[in-house]
Amino acid sequence: MKRMIKRIGALALGAVIISGSSMVVCAEENYTYNYDWWGDVQGSPDFYTVTGAYTSVELGLDKNLSSPRGLFAAGNLIYLCDTGNNRIIELEKVSESELEVVRIIDEFKGDVENTGFSGPTDIAVSEEGDFYIADKGNARILKLDKDLNYLMQFDKPVDSTLDPAAIFQPSKIAIDTAGRVYCVASGINKGLIKYENNGEFSGFVGATKVRFNWTDYIWKRFATQAQRDRMESFVPTEYDNLYMDYEGFIFVVEGDQEAEDLKANTDSAVRRLNLLGNDILVRNGDWVVYGDLYMGSGGGYEGPSSFKDVTALDNDVYICMDDNRGRLFGYDEQGRMLFACGGNGNMDGYFKKPAALEHIGTDLIVLDSMDCSLTLFTPTEFGNLVYQAMEQFDAGEYDASEASWRRAMELNGNYDLAYIGIGRALLSQERYEEALDYFEIKYDADNYSKAYKQYRKEWVEEHIGGIIAVILALFLIPMSIGKVKAIKHEIDVADIFRR
Amino acid sequence: MDASVKKVKFQKYLSSLKFALYCISHPLDGFWDLTHEKRGTYAAANTILALTLIVRVMKLRYTSFIFMKVYWEELNIFLYIASILFPLLMFVVGNWALTTLFDGKGRLGQVYMASCYCLTPYPLLQFPLMIFSNFVTVEEKEFYMVIGGLSIIWCGLLFIAAMGQIHEYSAGKNILFMVATLFAMLVIIFILMLFFSMILQGVSYFISLGKELLFRL
Repeated sequence: MKRMIKRIGALALGAVIISGSSMVVCAEENYTYNYDWWGDVQGSPDFYTVTGAYTSVELGLDKNLSSPRGLFAAGNLIYLCDTGNNRIIELEKVSESELEVVRIIDEFKGDVENTGFSGPTDIAVSEEGDFYIADKGNARILKLDKDLNYLMQFDKPVDSTLDPAAIFQPSKIAIDTAGRVYCVASGINKGLIKYENNGEFSGFVGATKVRFNWTDYIWKRFATQAQRDRMESFVPTEYDNLYMDYEGFIFVVEGDQEAEDLKANTDSAVRRLNLLGNDILVRNGDWVVYGDLYMGSGGGYEGPSSFKDVTALDNDVYICMDDNRGRLFGYDEQGRMLFACGGNGNMDGYFKKPAALEHIGTDLIVLDSMDCSLTLFTPTEFGNLVYQAMEQFDAGEYDASEASWRRAMELNGNYDLAYIGIGRALLSQERYEEALDYFEIKYDADNYSKAYKQYRKEWVEEHIGGIIAVILALFLIPMSIGKVKAIKHEIDVADIFRR
Repeated sequence: MDASVKKVKFQKYLSSLKFALYCISHPLDGFWDLTHEKRGTYAAANTILALTLIVRVMKLRYTSFIFMKVYWEELNIFLYIASILFPLLMFVVGNWALTTLFDGKGRLGQVYMASCYCLTPYPLLQFPLMIFSNFVTVEEKEFYMVIGGLSIIWCGLLFIAAMGQIHEYSAGKNILFMVATLFAMLVIIFILMLFFSMILQGVSYFISLGKELLFRL
């Protein structure tokens, strides 16, 4: 909308004088950046920095990783699904930049036919230490105890709407504290598959809305059956990944979307589902949560960001991973972008085809399926300050939060959130007049209005005497002037003074 | 003698400026008198136009950011002013060019004068509104929107009334010619674009001719 206003304005101006003036869009390449209110790219100091990149060599594995797809972190342990080698690697993060292989899981014990994996794509570990493994090639989700003893398995859901001939292909899973399993399966577009903890299929959650456009619909009306068969049918799309956050809500992402759908807000790249499957993601940011605002082609990549994984930190920040341009996008609980970083390439911190994203504390782990490597990120001073400021604000330590934001602003003067953060901290400290400037400079009309309302109220209360005096004066002075004039007139025309 | 003439002229200017207020409140009567009774002056018309432009430019800076966010990097103040002047000019020329063929009694200058008088509500409402905007919050946005919209609609209605009175048209014919004027404006734009691109082509032809000559010499 805002960009439209800008564009219409520019068009109107351009239309007036017809002579062509070429507009040069100057986008400096930054590793980390953010968008300002206008949607312009603002370079930023790094929010996350690479502490290490690990391939099979660094990890000391016997054979190379082969198109790894799944990642899970619990405590200091990282579980990596080495999909192509049909195994799972358990790693431990022993220090800031050191990973150690704990064990390699390639089979389990139990009374089942097949005690190996076939292309495991995802793993989840419960608090008790039970493993849940999406054994995609074997069409099952396994539940193993911590000593790798077979406990149970979750099979293809029994549902009349599913094609009985289709093979069940669970690709991504998440578990909640009660042991319920949520699963994204290839070819199933009815939402997440939900299993009770006894293995029973209990329904689909949070299906995406079916989208269709009117022109396609009208075309279809006139098309023959053969033509219609060749056209794309209106089906809901599948989710690509899911993440159970610490509050028990499920983040789901959907990549490979059409730019028009995202821009028109008819589809969203990220959702946060509650138990009923409704989207409760807060979208109060200046921009919609879909990653890069600019979707044109450049550097061999085009189209919108394609979110393929998401992870939510304990401070309500969630980070989405784009496998189109190999970027990470961090958003706060209000849906405002904290940072965007990364890119496609071979250097540390750049990716070829990122497949999974996890976090330990505020550190991030990214798995690259083409590069067969793990990359570890840790927040920089700037990143830590932003996190700290947000946490302090949530804890009600407004003056501390203000100080943190101010330091963040010193590091990055183009950071809109720092200005708004200072403003909000000041607002909470009831320093309304100071807060106004910070909101105004970054166009935060809502917070500005909140502060201004209070400021105005205070001002009126302080000057109530003066205001009443002015109003009274406005009424009384003309009235008294009239009275005086009338009396004067009376006197002038009074008989007794006539001579 | 000279001073008194000046004074009389100034008095005439002031009263014609004041007459704008009568015009916007009694459009039919006012715009009839504007030309037929010679109550309006070009000086007053130019003043009103200048005020409109000044208020429009001032709005950029002094309106609260809640209502008007300006992307200063891409703002060209001359283009911004032209975005009012140019359509106004086109309207005046287009309207006159059409109505003069269809019994319109107004002359080009009179159409211009009346058009400028029609702009009066804009500075009159927008200037106080601009100041007012700094004292409101998002929740009170509607006041601003309604009054702002009102000033534009008022101007629009005045245009219709003014053109009818100046050309001595009946209501139906007036509306018809207002619509026709819009098309005339489009035609003007089209011709201008054609003209400019022709000129460009012509110029580039001679430039390339010159270049060719230089290469051969």
